[in-house]
Amino acid sequence: MTTVQFSEETYKKIQEIVQRYPEGKQKSALIPVLHIVQAEHQGWLDVPVMDHVAETLGILPVEVYEVASFYSMFNLTPVGKHVLYVCQTGPCMLLGSDKIMNHIKEKLNIEEGETTSDGLFTLKPAECLGACGYGPMLQLGETYRENLTIEKVDELLEELKKLG
Amino acid sequence: MGETRLLLKHADVPGIRHYDVYRAHDGYKSAEKALAMTQEEILEEVKTSGLRGRGGAGFPTGMKWSFLAKPEGVPRHLVVNADESEPGTFKDRYLMEFIPHLLIEGMLISSFCLGSNTSYIYIRGEFAWIADILEEAIAEAKANGWLGKDIKGTGFDLEIYVQRGAGAYICGEETALLESLEGKRGNPRIKPPFPAVKGLWGRPTVVNNVESIAAVVPIIDMTGTEYAKIGVGRSTGTKLISACGNINKPGVYEIDMTQTVEEFIYSDEFCGGIANGKRLKACIPGGSSVPILPANLLLTTAEGKPRYMNYESLAEGGFATGTMMGSGGFIVLDEDQDIVYHTYTLARFYRHESCGQCSPCREGTGWMEKILKTIDEGKGKMSDIDLLWDIQRKIEGNTICPLGDAAAWPVAAAIRHFREEFEWHVLNPEECLTRNYGLGNFADPIEIKEQA
Ligand SMILES: Cc1cc2nc3c(=O)[nH]c(=O)nc-3n(C[C@H](O)[C@H](O)[C@H](O)COP(=O)(O)O)c2cc1C
Ligand code: SF4
Ligand code: FES
Repeated sequence: MTTVQFSEETYKKIQEIVQRYPEGKQKSALIPVLHIVQAEHQGWLDVPVMDHVAETLGILPVEVYEVASFYSMFNLTPVGKHVLYVCQTGPCMLLGSDKIMNHIKEKLNIEEGETTSDGLFTLKPAECLGACGYGPMLQLGETYRENLTIEKVDELLEELKKLG
Repeated sequence: MGETRLLLKHADVPGIRHYDVYRAHDGYKSAEKALAMTQEEILEEVKTSGLRGRGGAGFPTGMKWSFLAKPEGVPRHLVVNADESEPGTFKDRYLMEFIPHLLIEGMLISSFCLGSNTSYIYIRGEFAWIADILEEAIAEAKANGWLGKDIKGTGFDLEIYVQRGAGAYICGEETALLESLEGKRGNPRIKPPFPAVKGLWGRPTVVNNVESIAAVVPIIDMTGTEYAKIGVGRSTGTKLISACGNINKPGVYEIDMTQTVEEFIYSDEFCGGIANGKRLKACIPGGSSVPILPANLLLTTAEGKPRYMNYESLAEGGFATGTMMGSGGFIVLDEDQDIVYHTYTLARFYRHESCGQCSPCREGTGWMEKILKTIDEGKGKMSDIDLLWDIQRKIEGNTICPLGDAAAWPVAAAIRHFREEFEWHVLNPEECLTRNYGLGNFADPIEIKEQA
């Protein structure tokens, strides 16, 4: 038995998701469930959380670990409150994503992959996010910020700082 | 000649995202028609239409459907590939974001034809808000009797579920997608067996791109014969092109594939020319995996004929002097762009996205990234260019899935057409850090277009 508990709502949602698949194929719910519990646990998955997912879905913990470590949207170490994924791939690069990345690094005084000391921001490089016509761009939570300029990035960072 | 809108015909209508507005604009009319047809009749229409898969490979959709195994008592599935992660491609997103019911209607018709009672949309994890839009459309369709049990009294049942991935390009490859949908790592499967025989949970499965399934709606509406009259040759119907890079008007365009590449780039109805009054240097017309072409080979074929925006014309000349339609991700590079650096970002992408199962892909993508970085930074040797060529050749054709080829082709094409630029980087280690090779020394003469 693991010590972690999810919210009632989460257990209900998991039940609902499992219904989408045939009997005995509840493992298919794993990725959707990891999205939900990661959001509920400060944006990352620690081992007890993953173990409890395994228990809830009736699969082995290792089946959860191997999936969680494969996909770039799952974090296995703590992240800041706001995670900025800046797209770096060719099409965004043509439109100046390097400048955006360097500007954020300077502004927040962190390198790629790092979190600010106040725990507010994590900066991550991302590969093409399917928004190439609206680059340079970044992903923030469940939203995209597109057609970025240095000014827009400054405004965004201010806005997020105010949110705390 | 501007766009030909079959899929995006009503995409700009305010509120078209919602059922009532969609329905008022002929929405679910094709579904009504299809539900009164037999499965064989629908399949015949799709075959006659000549529709080719819009996900990248261009395989005829009707033929794929006819391969679906139908063993007694085993459920079958339709899975829509909405992973959309090939760099340069953002067309499926546009379609789902603005006119989600078109995809739902297409899935209803296709599922009915294929005999799938549970169909899935596998969408890339980052498109979270689009997954919400789709869920809403599904709920509306269900509330209006287009999904659920005994749809419109036909006895046909259908549920559609949206499943988000979690950030992995490889899950766009159809067997990796199925693995991911089963709750596993996105490791592509060895084929055969093909999904049509053993797919999702070992059941017969059809995997199709969003745009392919949406195209079934106009095909049923206008008949396959009429659909096939649009376009040219084996490039029938319309194709969504997502245009990006250094152009004035990036965005998604629906074309009937009769335009020349030149018209597509320079006409105000499409890309509107190169941004900031610059000149065209190169273009990757079908998503990052297809070969890059320098401006002269892009606008005209090696024989000097104009090149058109369709499957056959883009491929003319093979890989020596041609490229591919691919997914329709049209990436334009202006004269200031550095081919070595651009190729490096793509190599980094493929290294990052390799699932790691096959050593040529796992090791090769890493090597290519490292060597390209070295050359880009002015620390390369002439022999590195040959080494790069050698590595990409050893990856191509030696892997489980086509990601290996997809990683090899951009590097091969960059060296094939821009070798002098690579050499210039080696010979000018200081200068290559401060300025681009540009057009001045360009290997092939480039015709310079008047700016409007
Ligand atoms: C590495 C890789 C990535 C792919 N990504 C996508 C994708 O994002 N979307 C897509 O529809 N097809 C993608 N494909 C192609 C699919 O494997 C498959 O051919 C396609 O979904 C079939 O649909 P279609 O016949 O309608 O084109 C990818 C293939 C490979 C090898
Ligand atoms: S080619 Fe690359 S991505 Fe495809 S299965 Fe092999 S290692 Fe994985
Ligand atoms: S390259 Fe940045 S979204 Fe595609």
